[in-house]
Amino acid sequence: MEKFSYASPKTVKETVALLDQKTNSNPGQVEVLAGGTDLIAMMKEYLATPKLVVNIKDVHELHGIRPEKGWVSIGAATTLDDLAENQMIRTKYPSLYEAAVGITSPQIRNMGTVGGDLCQRPRCWYFRNGYGLLAMDNGKPLVPNGENRFHAILDNSGPAYFVSPSSFGPALVALGAKVKAISSSGAREIPAAEFFVKPTSETQREISLKPNELVTAILIPENVGKNTTYEIRERQAMDWPLAAAAVDLKMNGGTISQARVVLGHVAPTPFAATAADQFLAGKSIDEKTAEEAGRQAVQSATPLSQNAYKVRLAQVAVKRALLQAGGKA
Amino acid sequence: MPNVSDYQWPPMETRKVIGKRISRVDGLPKASGRAKYAYDFYRKDLLFGVLVGCPYAHARVKSIDDSAAKAMKGVTAIEWSVKPGSELQWQGQEIVAVAAETEETARDAARAIKVEYEVLPHVVREDDLAAVGNRAKAAGEQVTGDPDTAFKSAAQVHEGFYHIPVLTHCCLEAHGQTVEWTPNGINYWPSTQGVSTVGGDLAQNLNVPANTVHVDMQNVGGGFGSKFSADHWGVMCANLSKNSGGRPVKMMLERNLELMTAGNRPSGFAQIKVAADQDGKIVAWQSKSWATGGIGGGGAPPIPYVFTNIPHVRLNHSAVATNCGGSRAWRAPNHPQASYLTCSALDDLAHKLNMDPVEFFDKNFELTARADTYKWQIRKAAELMEWASKYKPRGSSPGPVKSGVGLAVCTWGGGGHTSNCLATINRDGSVVIELGTQDLGVGARTIIMQVAAETYGLPLSMIDLRIGKNSYPVSGPSGGSTTSGGVSSSTRKATVNALEKLYEAVAPSLGVQPNQLQAVDARIQVKGDPSKAIPWKQACAKLGTTPIQEKGFNDQRRPEGLNASGVGGVQMAEVSVDTETGIVRMKKFVAVQDVGLVLNPKLAESQMNGAVIMGICGALLEERVMDQQTGKMLNADMEFYKLAGIGDVGEIVSVLDMRPTTDKRGVIGIGEPCAVGVVAAIANAVTNAIGVRVSGVPMTPNRVLAALEGRTA
Ligand SMILES: Cc1cc2nc3c(=O)[nH]c(=O)nc-3n(C[C@H](O)[C@H](O)[C@H](O)COP(=O)(O)OP(=O)(O)OC[C@H]3O[C@@H](n4cnc5c(N)ncnc54)[C@H](O)[C@@H]3O)c2cc1C
Repeated sequence: MEKFSYASPKTVKETVALLDQKTNSNPGQVEVLAGGTDLIAMMKEYLATPKLVVNIKDVHELHGIRPEKGWVSIGAATTLDDLAENQMIRTKYPSLYEAAVGITSPQIRNMGTVGGDLCQRPRCWYFRNGYGLLAMDNGKPLVPNGENRFHAILDNSGPAYFVSPSSFGPALVALGAKVKAISSSGAREIPAAEFFVKPTSETQREISLKPNELVTAILIPENVGKNTTYEIRERQAMDWPLAAAAVDLKMNGGTISQARVVLGHVAPTPFAATAADQFLAGKSIDEKTAEEAGRQAVQSATPLSQNAYKVRLAQVAVKRALLQAGGKA
Repeated sequence: MPNVSDYQWPPMETRKVIGKRISRVDGLPKASGRAKYAYDFYRKDLLFGVLVGCPYAHARVKSIDDSAAKAMKGVTAIEWSVKPGSELQWQGQEIVAVAAETEETARDAARAIKVEYEVLPHVVREDDLAAVGNRAKAAGEQVTGDPDTAFKSAAQVHEGFYHIPVLTHCCLEAHGQTVEWTPNGINYWPSTQGVSTVGGDLAQNLNVPANTVHVDMQNVGGGFGSKFSADHWGVMCANLSKNSGGRPVKMMLERNLELMTAGNRPSGFAQIKVAADQDGKIVAWQSKSWATGGIGGGGAPPIPYVFTNIPHVRLNHSAVATNCGGSRAWRAPNHPQASYLTCSALDDLAHKLNMDPVEFFDKNFELTARADTYKWQIRKAAELMEWASKYKPRGSSPGPVKSGVGLAVCTWGGGGHTSNCLATINRDGSVVIELGTQDLGVGARTIIMQVAAETYGLPLSMIDLRIGKNSYPVSGPSGGSTTSGGVSSSTRKATVNALEKLYEAVAPSLGVQPNQLQAVDARIQVKGDPSKAIPWKQACAKLGTTPIQEKGFNDQRRPEGLNASGVGGVQMAEVSVDTETGIVRMKKFVAVQDVGLVLNPKLAESQMNGAVIMGICGALLEERVMDQQTGKMLNADMEFYKLAGIGDVGEIVSVLDMRPTTDKRGVIGIGEPCAVGVVAAIANAVTNAIGVRVSGVPMTPNRVLAALEGRTA
């Protein structure tokens, strides 16, 4: 990795000031260090070359899970393990719990943080081999004619083909969560669905966070329905989902009054499967409905040369998530 | 001097140490981190080396410039392995190495080195033979009998296409070494499979006398056939030390270079046609196969595998040269591929014949070199797998999660490599055993100590074993599963010879002839009269001032009954397949293996368990992913170069054939045979579960779903 300066502030205020030190707004000049499980790897590969690294693990305000006026606030520096161990999260927000334990390595869960999970960089192997976020070589996109078995099947008309890596992303979008961010120009709340973006040029990032902004917390509404996340993975441990679905079902007795189905690891952002949402409204959960909702969820899929199987996996993930949320699995 | 008969292994029922389930002597140091590997080498004056590989699959060096790196504070030496004009044939091929005071400086310096390349056209994929053009070299057709007529008159013919990808060795401990070039010679701490041979290799490449290279390696973190040579990086590291005033330089490969350049196993693709008569006897085989092992081509799987006496055979094989790292021996070179290709096709033929594969294989074992062995093994394996109750015709398992069973066979040579052992008995009763061998993590240390303890009638703890240096008597490199056979034989001979000398010293005081003595329970006693005995220590005190020192030599060509070659094995897998997701889970694996006399069943079974896990990786997860556009290996890491974890392996039942008939053949190595049939057995189990053949491995969800949907992936 390249040489960098290091700062370890104790307060959000100090952190914000440090992040503001940038002379320009180029992303990557200053990097926040949380658990470091992704950042350090990126730095070792020279894919991240910050001049200043700001450790936020010692900022108290960024830790912990607490109620906040109709919302539950999860501090950005809360570890994945702390989240998974939290009884309230387990019972009320199984979609978050399942996403957390789906990050199937105790070591990563012990170090990694909720904020880091949202801000981590995509695992696209062209990106990680130095071809940029959009995976271009001499102006030519590499993914469409290349090794694209793990790439996007939805919203993949280019120039971005990677899949959003965050397992929390889909759950947060389904739950209608918000991301709290702060910079020297003030604090703001970003709806989870707008936090993740599809970049259209190499200079853009896959999240809408500004270069000098810090994620401070995630806000989850108290009023949620039956929710869960279902992920499909090859290996039991140390593996990424090939496809995932998060669902939140507001119920009216035995029928769904409002459904939110969001797919993970299949598009450059968490993919809101609104067709499935519409289909599910007014229905009760059974195998047939779940199956059809799965089909609806992937109806606009446009698989690449090697990843048609992911369409099927996403469909199955939706079906199984619905049955699981409905207690029918 | 003792007779050959004195060296023979004691009869099964009288063995006290060999044949016992003794835990490996270095288990605790390894599990607790006290065992030191090449990677762990450290000394205050140590310099760090960093190796730089070529970023392109095929390129010519236009210019090189290390001025900026040279000018950096802390950089002590730079060693080039290319010059302007050099042609490079794969990504990761060695370019230059840098030594510096710290790892950070070495890395910064490596980044500061400028190389200009002319990028040349590359071929990195061999899956489509039609697309590789003149990169494919045909080996020429081989015909036995009259295959055309045999196919015409056969009762059942099956044709299928099967493929297995290139795997890398992916040693947990990457390749590398520390070298210190002193005025008194070169001290060399490599990670190697050949303690007695690798020093000579380094010396030859450095053009220095072989006797000036001193090798020391106590532990190695995996080799699997990829760590025999000193390698370019070893030579470069030595030169870095020389040019850094002789200070030691440690240079280990990064994970990405380890996967790109430090060894891989050739692929195997085959269009196979195979036929049987109405009794289910295989009558004809025809295959058109190809493989790549890097720029040198390479990798001809011995097919039809095991069933070598099929009467009518036509073979066509092509080796494809690709711009990828060169292949190296990989745990039973070419056999896993051959087993997979053959056993898949035979399983498909059995299906066409409407036969249970156990019955079909059993019937056809007549076409193999060791029918009796396989017949016993298949019965044993079937019993342990409960095959009779688990086997159902293809695809008839109900529900979306289907289970299935499959089987495969393996064979291997073994034998005992050249090995010298030196056995010393001191006057105070202490004993030393020295061999220039290595323990690849398989238990060589333990079995050598067992053999010595058995001969001397001493507890294992009294054996002072010294291995891992080329100053010890020469022993062969660990390859071909020849180590156990070699070191056990040389140790047996050396200890029998030394004991004979001790008997001579002790006999007068017991009033008998030396040949009337035996060593039992730490005593030298008169045969048939245990009351006449002297404790070991007192016996040794009868030696004069000079300790006993005797040699034992295993001659590879004259095993003298102590070791042997040629084994078989039968493997069976049980899997479940989620047909909605295509995910395969291992339920159970049964491996039955014959390896002659088993020196330590616990360690032998442990070898088999490891081999099964390695095979599970290859069957379900593992493959090198090359990108034809960029020429790069996309998964030169351990994130997407996927290996199984403990949760992925299911139950493993490893069974050794320890019948007296097998035992009397002597010691045969086990490292390789048990790694051969695993992929094939799992592939057949998946086919049995889902009813269709997944044409290639690894059987990822992608491929399994494609097979279920009738697509190719
Ligand atoms: C084998 C493996 C499997 C994995 N599987 C999964 C999986 O299934 N699902 C999944 O979601 N993840 C998975 N991960 C990734 C893991 O969850 C992330 O690496 C982790 O969540 C990152 O958190 P961190 O605190 O370590 O982030 P860091 O590495 O410290 O930071 C990551 C990025 O986020 C930025 N950042 C961190 N915190 C903030 C903040 N508060 N404000 C602004 N920017 C910030 C950093 O600057 C950096 O750019 C896997 C990782 C591995 C190695």
